Amino acid sequence: MAKSEVKLLGAWPSPFVLRARIALNIKSVDYEFLEETFQPKSQLLLQSNPVYKKIPVLIHENKPICESLIIVQYVDDVWSSGRPSILPADPYDRAIARFWATYVDDKLFPAMKSIAGAKGEEERKRLIKEVEEGLALLEDAFNKITSKGNNKLFFGGDQIGYLDIAFGSLLGWLRVTEITTGVKLFDQVNTPGLVNWAERFCAHAAVKDVMPHTHKLLEFAKTLMTKLAPI
Amino acid sequence: MENEVVLLDLWASMYGMRVRIALAEKGIKYEYIEEDIWNKSDLLLQMNPVHKKVPVLIHKGKPICESLIAVQYIDEVWNDRSPLLPSDPYQRSQARFWADYVDKKIYDLAKKVWARKGEEQEAGKKEFIEALQLLEAELGDKPFFGGDKLGFVDISLVTFYSWFYAVETIGNFSIESECPKFISWAKRCLQKESVANTLPNSERVYEFLLDAKKRLGIE
Repeated sequence: MAKSEVKLLGAWPSPFVLRARIALNIKSVDYEFLEETFQPKSQLLLQSNPVYKKIPVLIHENKPICESLIIVQYVDDVWSSGRPSILPADPYDRAIARFWATYVDDKLFPAMKSIAGAKGEEERKRLIKEVEEGLALLEDAFNKITSKGNNKLFFGGDQIGYLDIAFGSLLGWLRVTEITTGVKLFDQVNTPGLVNWAERFCAHAAVKDVMPHTHKLLEFAKTLMTKLAPI
Repeated sequence: MENEVVLLDLWASMYGMRVRIALAEKGIKYEYIEEDIWNKSDLLLQMNPVHKKVPVLIHKGKPICESLIAVQYIDEVWNDRSPLLPSDPYQRSQARFWADYVDKKIYDLAKKVWARKGEEQEAGKKEFIEALQLLEAELGDKPFFGGDKLGFVDISLVTFYSWFYAVETIGNFSIESECPKFISWAKRCLQKESVANTLPNSERVYEFLLDAKKRLGIE
């Protein structure tokens, strides 16, 4: 398949873009990565995602697909034969994977993102607690899911799957949050399953070359905060 | 077996209605359990401990939460009839995109109309109409978002129609005058048995909403 048939419009720090990259890697799909410039947003972005004007946008055969989890499912649907599956085969397992991926997007990520901009110590503590509770739920989910099968490596079994991608893409930013808050969100006492899973996930062939380094994300975060700080 | 499929729901929930329409489209018999959301049952708290919300689809004793996840589950399990999602991957991605848009926008914008006053309410009305107009544009000339028949997006969206009377009355505006195409699409959907038998009476929904506002302390 010609590389230019598949394009991914994105930005290196985005965990959502990372999801698309991991999915394409799992399927061994060649693609052209287009780094979005922002300020202003490119014509390509505005044309291919007029509704939200956000990255990532997958462009396949000149047709855009938007929203990271929708992109991941699309990639799974298109490159299905002879390649590893991203979503579980069983409908119930799929529902569980979708449930927790939605939870990450609707609850965990917004709480984590809000910590930096929290107004006052009380709100900051509340948000950190929310993230910790969310991680505890995911630890529990990990244990439940992996206790079912023989393979206890990933949410997806012996290979990374939909929920691994949805949640694992946030690991860089979770680490940045740990550094900036001074709070250990993952540890061997409370979330041992997730600690080991995270290590395996980041070392996975489909992930390690595209996962941004934590120190680079930290630098990026500091630049963002400077830009957003009131004058 | 009838109690193999159970639905924990609230009659007025536009999310619950989605699951009911999907079950009806597939001709699946199920046990309906009405939940008192002001006094949540042990069953609900057990089946949806994370969100404690309806609807919850329970199949062979196992819960599936989140309405669109439940609709997809129904489509995947009972995949021998009335497909709800397109088979083409690109069409499927577009159906997911627009159903997700409905989830991101419609409830919150409608709530801005029924829960706020003054300038905030006016802004809410404007944004709500704009969202419906965007959906009208996406519908285009097709009879349904799913093409010739009811599909995933239709199911995710049409249930909000039962709340329009309430939103219009509280907001003192007419949705039909701004979005006639949307209304004619909704009425087309209502010609389907699965939709007609599911959507509750609009005035009942209005009474429910007034009561909910009181309970939630919203003026």
